[in-house]
Amino acid sequence: MTSPLDQKKIKIAGPVVVTANRVGDGAVVYRSPDGGWTTELGGAAIVIDADSARVLAEAAAGDDLHAIGPYIAPVKLLPGGNVRPGNLRELIRRGGPTIELPAPLES
Amino acid sequence: MPLVENGQIVQDRYTYVGDEEPIPERVPVIVPAQRFLAEADALIRRDGSLGVGWPNDRRIGELAPWLGHLALVALKFPKFRDGRAYSQARLLRETYRFRGTLRATGDVLRDQFHFLIRAGFDSFEVKKPADAHAFAEAANRYSVVYQPSADGRTPALRRRVTATATESADAIDTAKR
Amino acid sequence: MYIYDAFDRRLLAERVVDFRDQVSRRLSGELSEEEFKPLRLMNGVYLQLHAYMLRIAIPYGTLSTLQLRKLAEIARKYDRGYGHFTTRQNIQFHWIKLAELPDAMAELAAVGMHGMQTSGNNVRNITTDQWAGVAPDEIEDPRIWAELIRQHVTLHPEFSFMPRKFKIAVGASHHDRAALRIHDMALRLHRNAAGEAGFEVMVGGGLGRTPYLAQTIKPLLPKRDVLSYVEAVLRTYNQFGRRDNIWKARIKILVHDLGAEAFAKEVEAEWQSIRDGALALEPAMVADIAGRFRYPNYATLDDGPPELAAARRGDRAFDVWLSNCVTNHKMLGYAIATLSLKPEGGTPGDCTAAQMDKLADLADRYSFGEVRVGHEQNLALPHVAQRDLPALWRELGAIGLARTNVNLVSDIISCPGLDYCSLANARSIPIAQEITRRFHDLDRQRNLGRLHINISGCINACGHHHVGHIGILGVEKNGEEFYQITLGGKADENATLGTLIGPAVPYAQVADVVEDIAAAYLDLRDKPNELFIDTVKRVGIEPFRERVYAAR
Repeated sequence: MTSPLDQKKIKIAGPVVVTANRVGDGAVVYRSPDGGWTTELGGAAIVIDADSARVLAEAAAGDDLHAIGPYIAPVKLLPGGNVRPGNLRELIRRGGPTIELPAPLES
Repeated sequence: MPLVENGQIVQDRYTYVGDEEPIPERVPVIVPAQRFLAEADALIRRDGSLGVGWPNDRRIGELAPWLGHLALVALKFPKFRDGRAYSQARLLRETYRFRGTLRATGDVLRDQFHFLIRAGFDSFEVKKPADAHAFAEAANRYSVVYQPSADGRTPALRRRVTATATESADAIDTAKR
Repeated sequence: MYIYDAFDRRLLAERVVDFRDQVSRRLSGELSEEEFKPLRLMNGVYLQLHAYMLRIAIPYGTLSTLQLRKLAEIARKYDRGYGHFTTRQNIQFHWIKLAELPDAMAELAAVGMHGMQTSGNNVRNITTDQWAGVAPDEIEDPRIWAELIRQHVTLHPEFSFMPRKFKIAVGASHHDRAALRIHDMALRLHRNAAGEAGFEVMVGGGLGRTPYLAQTIKPLLPKRDVLSYVEAVLRTYNQFGRRDNIWKARIKILVHDLGAEAFAKEVEAEWQSIRDGALALEPAMVADIAGRFRYPNYATLDDGPPELAAARRGDRAFDVWLSNCVTNHKMLGYAIATLSLKPEGGTPGDCTAAQMDKLADLADRYSFGEVRVGHEQNLALPHVAQRDLPALWRELGAIGLARTNVNLVSDIISCPGLDYCSLANARSIPIAQEITRRFHDLDRQRNLGRLHINISGCINACGHHHVGHIGILGVEKNGEEFYQITLGGKADENATLGTLIGPAVPYAQVADVVEDIAAAYLDLRDKPNELFIDTVKRVGIEPFRERVYAAR
C-alpha cells in the first residue's frame, strides 16, 4: 500500500488497471476500454504487460477533465471472470473505509 | 506569450539578449544576470534602456548596487509553485527601492496576478492568452488586504485604526480601491 | 473568541468568489489539474482515497456555537453526517464533492469559517493551547497574538508559494499544552527576570521522515516586533528553503543544515532592516484586535460550591469524571471541562452532526456559547460554572461525551490512516479501536494513569507518533500492514522524540504489544503514581523491548 502516487518506473507483476478519482465528486473510477471512466471495476480495461499499462496510464493522465491522479493498480482475476482489487489499498478504495462510519449514511 | 502592463496587452519594447550574442544598439534590452555582472561597466554606459534577467536562486542583493542604472528587472517563476521571486520582488521594491519596471516571467498564471501585483510586479509575461485578456478582472479580486506589501495598499490593521468619522469599516462595500 | 469585522467578512466573501471561479474553470477544463491543485489546496481541499476532503480551520481551536451548528449542517448537507477533529485544531469532512464546495464555503463564510491555507505550501492554521484565555497559568491570552499573526499570513503575497507548508503555534504558559517544539515556528509569551513580557521564538521543529525539535533563536522578542520577525523568518525560509526534494523542503532542514546560529543571524539581518517599518505593531492595532475578542460576563462565584461537594459524595461516577476531565479555571468558581471524543471502539476525533448540535445547546447553557478543540482531538467547554458541573455531566453523558478516559490509554491520538488517506501505508483507526476495546475497563485505565498513544498511518506523522509516550507508525512490508513501536516521546515543554524499540510488528499483534508494554510498566514502576512516561525515562526502553519481543 505504499502510496503509488509517484509511480516512476512501471513494473507489472500481473493484471492491472488504471484507476483515478472523478473530478466532480472524487469518486473512485477505472479507465474503461472505450477511453472513458467507470465506477465499476468489472468494466475496467485490464492489461497484463508494462507497455500496455503505460499506454493506458498516459491516455488517462491526459484526461484530467474527467479524472485526476491516475495510476496503475493491481487486480486479481478470479475463475469465472470476476475482477477483484489486487491489494488492501484498492480494496479500501473500492469498498470504502474498513471501519464503521460514525453516523448512518444519508441518502 | 502576451505581455501585460497597466492592465492591457502591450508590445514588448525590450529585446532579450542571450549569453553570447552582440547587444543591439540603442534599443531596450534584457541581459542575463551572469553576463550583466561580467560586463556591467560597459553595459551601464551603453545608450538604451537596460534590463537584467535575474535567476530566482541567487540573492537579489547582489544586483542592488546597480539598480540605479537599470530600467527593468525581470524575475523568474520556473514553475508558478516556486515562489522565490516574490521575496526578490519585495526586496527590490521595499528594501532597495527599485523604481523601474519589475517584470514577472516564466509560469505566470491568472491566479497569481493578485499576489504578483502586491509583490511589486508591474509587467507580466503571461503564459496563457486567455489569462492576459482577463488580467484586469482577475487582478482586482480583493478589496481587503491583511498585510502591507510593495503595492502600498493600506492593510486592514491600519485601516481599522485610522477610520475617520466619515469612513467606517462598513463603508468599504462602496469604497473604491 | 474573535468577532469578525467588516474587513474580515469582506475578505472571506471575496475568497469564496475567487474559489468559485477557480472551480468553475477547473470543471470546464480551462484550468488543468496541475494548475488547479495548488489553488484548491490553498482552500483546504484535498483528494483522498474515496472523495475530496475539506479541511476547515478552527483558529486557535475556538468555536462559537453558531459555528459548531454550521459545521453540523455542513456535515449533514454536504458530507455523511460527521466530521473529524484533527491534531492541528482543524475539522475535516471526508466525503465532499468538488462541485458543491463553493456553496459549502459560502455557507461557512457566513459564520466566519473557511479552509484558507489549511493545506498547501503556505502558513497553516495557527494553533494554541486549547485552554488559551482561561488557563490559570498563562501570562495573557495567546489567541490575540495568534489572530494578529493569522491575519498577517492570510493571502500573504510573498508567502503563498513557499518550499513547503509552515506551521506556527503560540503559547503563553510555561507548561506547554500546544506542542510548541514540533512546529516550524513557535512563539511562547513569557516574562524575563526583569518582568518584561515578550516572545521566545523557536524554529525548525517538525515530525515526518526527519523529526526535529524546534530551537530557540530569539529568547525575548518584544511584542511590537512579532509581525516583522515572523516576516523575516518566512522571508529567509522562502528564499533559502530547499525546493529540489520534497522530503528536505521544510524549514527544519534549513535550520539543521545552516545551524540554528547561522539561521538566526540570517533572520536577524533581514529583521533589522524591516522592524521599524510598516510591520511595527502600534498599541492601537493590538488594542483593536484585542477589542474584538469577546470574553464571558463571568459571574462572581466562589470556588468549591457546596453543590459540587455534595454531588461528588453522592455519585462516584460523577466524582471520577470530575477528577479526570475537569480542570482549574483562571476565574474563581469556574472550570474547564474536557470532552472525550474517544469512545470505546470509535474513531478518535470523530463527532456526529447530532452530537455537534446537542453540544452546541449545552455550550449555550453552560459555557457562554463557546467550545474549544484540542490537538489531542478532544473538545472542551471552557467556561463552566463549577456549580453547573453535575447537571452538565448528566447531559454530556446522554450524548456520549462524558467518557472518563481523558489522558488515559484509550485517549488515543490517531490520523485517519489508510481507511481514508491517499498518503497512508497502513490503517490506523482499527488499531486505535482494538486498543480501546482491550483497555475498555476504566479502572484498569486509571490504574495505568496518564499514557498517551499516538498513531500515524505513514511517515508524514499526522498522528504525531514521534512524541507519543507510545508511538505507533504504520509501514508496509510485502503488501502487509506492519507497525513500528516507539517509546518515550513527549510533546510538552520537555519535548522528546520517542525511541524505536524493535522490528515492526504485524497488524494483528499491535494491541497485544500495547498490552505487553502496559504490563511491563506495572511491573517496573517504582510506586503506583510513577507515571508511565517517567518509568520509561528511569528504566530506559530495554526492559520494554525484552518484554515485547520475548515471544515474537
